[in-house]
Amino acid sequence: MKPGQRIYGWLDERLGISQVVLPVIAHPVPRGVDWWYVFGSATLAAFIFQIITGVALAMAYVPAPTSAYASLNFITHDAVLGSLIRGIHYFGASAMVILIFVHLAHEFLAGSYKFPRELNWLTGVLLLFLTLGMAFTGQLLRWDQNAYWAVVVAAEQAGRTPLIGNWLTQLVIAGQTVGGATLTRFYAIHVFLLPALMFLLLGVHLYLVIHLGISEPPKAGQPVDPATYQEHYERILKEDGEPFFPDAAWKDVVFALAVGVIVVALAIFVGPAHLGPVADPTIVKADPRPDWYFLWYFALLALIPPNIENVFIIGFPTIVAILLIVLPFFANKGERSPARRPWAVGIVLMAAISLGVLIREGDVAPWSPNFSPGPIPTSITAHLSPSAQRGVVVFEAKGCHDCHMVAGTGGQRGPDLTHIGALTRPQLITRVINGGNNMPAYGGNISPQDLSDLVDFLQSLK
Amino acid sequence: MAERSEEISRRQFLAKVSIGLSALAGAVVGIPIIAYLLSPLINPAVNKWRSLGPAALFVVGETIQATFQDPSPLPWAGLTAETAVWVRRNSIKLNDFTVFAVNCTHLGCPVNWLPDARIFLCPCHGGVYYADGTVAAGPPPRRLFEYQTRVVDGDLQILSRPLPVG
Repeated sequence: MKPGQRIYGWLDERLGISQVVLPVIAHPVPRGVDWWYVFGSATLAAFIFQIITGVALAMAYVPAPTSAYASLNFITHDAVLGSLIRGIHYFGASAMVILIFVHLAHEFLAGSYKFPRELNWLTGVLLLFLTLGMAFTGQLLRWDQNAYWAVVVAAEQAGRTPLIGNWLTQLVIAGQTVGGATLTRFYAIHVFLLPALMFLLLGVHLYLVIHLGISEPPKAGQPVDPATYQEHYERILKEDGEPFFPDAAWKDVVFALAVGVIVVALAIFVGPAHLGPVADPTIVKADPRPDWYFLWYFALLALIPPNIENVFIIGFPTIVAILLIVLPFFANKGERSPARRPWAVGIVLMAAISLGVLIREGDVAPWSPNFSPGPIPTSITAHLSPSAQRGVVVFEAKGCHDCHMVAGTGGQRGPDLTHIGALTRPQLITRVINGGNNMPAYGGNISPQDLSDLVDFLQSLK
Repeated sequence: MAERSEEISRRQFLAKVSIGLSALAGAVVGIPIIAYLLSPLINPAVNKWRSLGPAALFVVGETIQATFQDPSPLPWAGLTAETAVWVRRNSIKLNDFTVFAVNCTHLGCPVNWLPDARIFLCPCHGGVYYADGTVAAGPPPRRLFEYQTRVVDGDLQILSRPLPVG
């Protein structure tokens, strides 16, 4: 016997490789497991990237408000390959969020949550929530202005919970204000608590995948009947199964490698998440934005009617979470094929389009004032009368330009005023004095001379 | 056999004792840990009077930003030990100040004061407030929160409030 075989034999006798491990690796899966099946393993691969880069980052990151920002600057600019590691961690997080949503959409469309895989779905949904929790707490650890105000916004949202709101807020920020105890709490949650829960759930999730087998690609006209499904599935495996490794697993490996290459390429060529100014509650000139994964929610909170907001802020995520959790317990049999489930296809399309539109809206944030709109182009101001020239100054000083566009400059909060000169003088004066439709009333706040100059300017915009 | 089934067998007894003792061990360690994690609730900070600086430095009619140090900040809190407020001296009288929380009542983002326009603008979802703190536009559900003020030996002080201010 060769030495290699002897060592293997020694290990095998003790570890049970050929008895337990190899049969699991080579367990039969249905033929036709295609490229749609790679997203679960790719999410796992992204999670592994996150753990490795996360441990590396934790070796230099100091989770205290006095030092966190400086330690991140050190990692980004001074540490050997620190920028690359941070970049992989940042784009790996984005990849993980995208992949877990595609995985979710595929399992939903393929009806894979139906009998007997209800608990696969349930553990997967809980892993989705934890992944989003990781994304949120991760952004906070940057401890720049965005991070600081994101904590404040999260605390205020928690505060909207009925009855226990104030308690919840104090638990989130670990005290009465965002301060020394807050960052360490989020750090512990991000690097210990949530990953530990994810390992636990991932163990159950993977155990269930092996124990119950990968769901076969759905066929229209073959509904799931809990009474006969197990028999049906075993027959598929016996008649036309193939070993998971390597017949199906090679696709997982190729795709995970592709994800890894893309993440590393983005980390090299785009670089890690931008560090804004250091978290400083005394600098109110901030423009807080969540990372892209929560921009859709940021947009929703700007766009819904304010009077339903109290219910919506806590109610909407709760309802979505409950629907995701209870889905397999209310619909665990029947057709799996998307060809026979038009509602499922519609729901996924609607969700994808809504998320896409809202993320884009959240990125533009037309409802936010533009605090540095720049000057109005000279093409507009050059030929104005002296009073209208003074009106331009009023327009900029009174914050009009922060919310209104003129010739492509300014905010998008209110209507574009590039052609507002079509309105009459009394109409303009009335609007400026009384406000309305989400415009503040400037009545007590503008001198007759300024008002006259301003309206002269507005009337010149034709 | 019928007689035995009515009694608790040795095996059933040991199973119950094992489960019970495991639960006890869990509780012995778990209860202090939970209490530790809930400490912000068990031991809440008390609102205290904090200084914003000499009252004489505030000019009548102007709305300016001031900061105060949180009650009992942790030594490593750094910049976050400070909290910003908007202060306006309404008249020359001894204690005639209006102090607004910088947090928008919508979701807590910091509102900016536009001195010429005399409005507060929120950068997040476009909330707007008039100089007196009432809502002018946007999603905020109520006026800006205010702090109680007092002047002690010429020092302007406010009574701190927890987040969410309200």
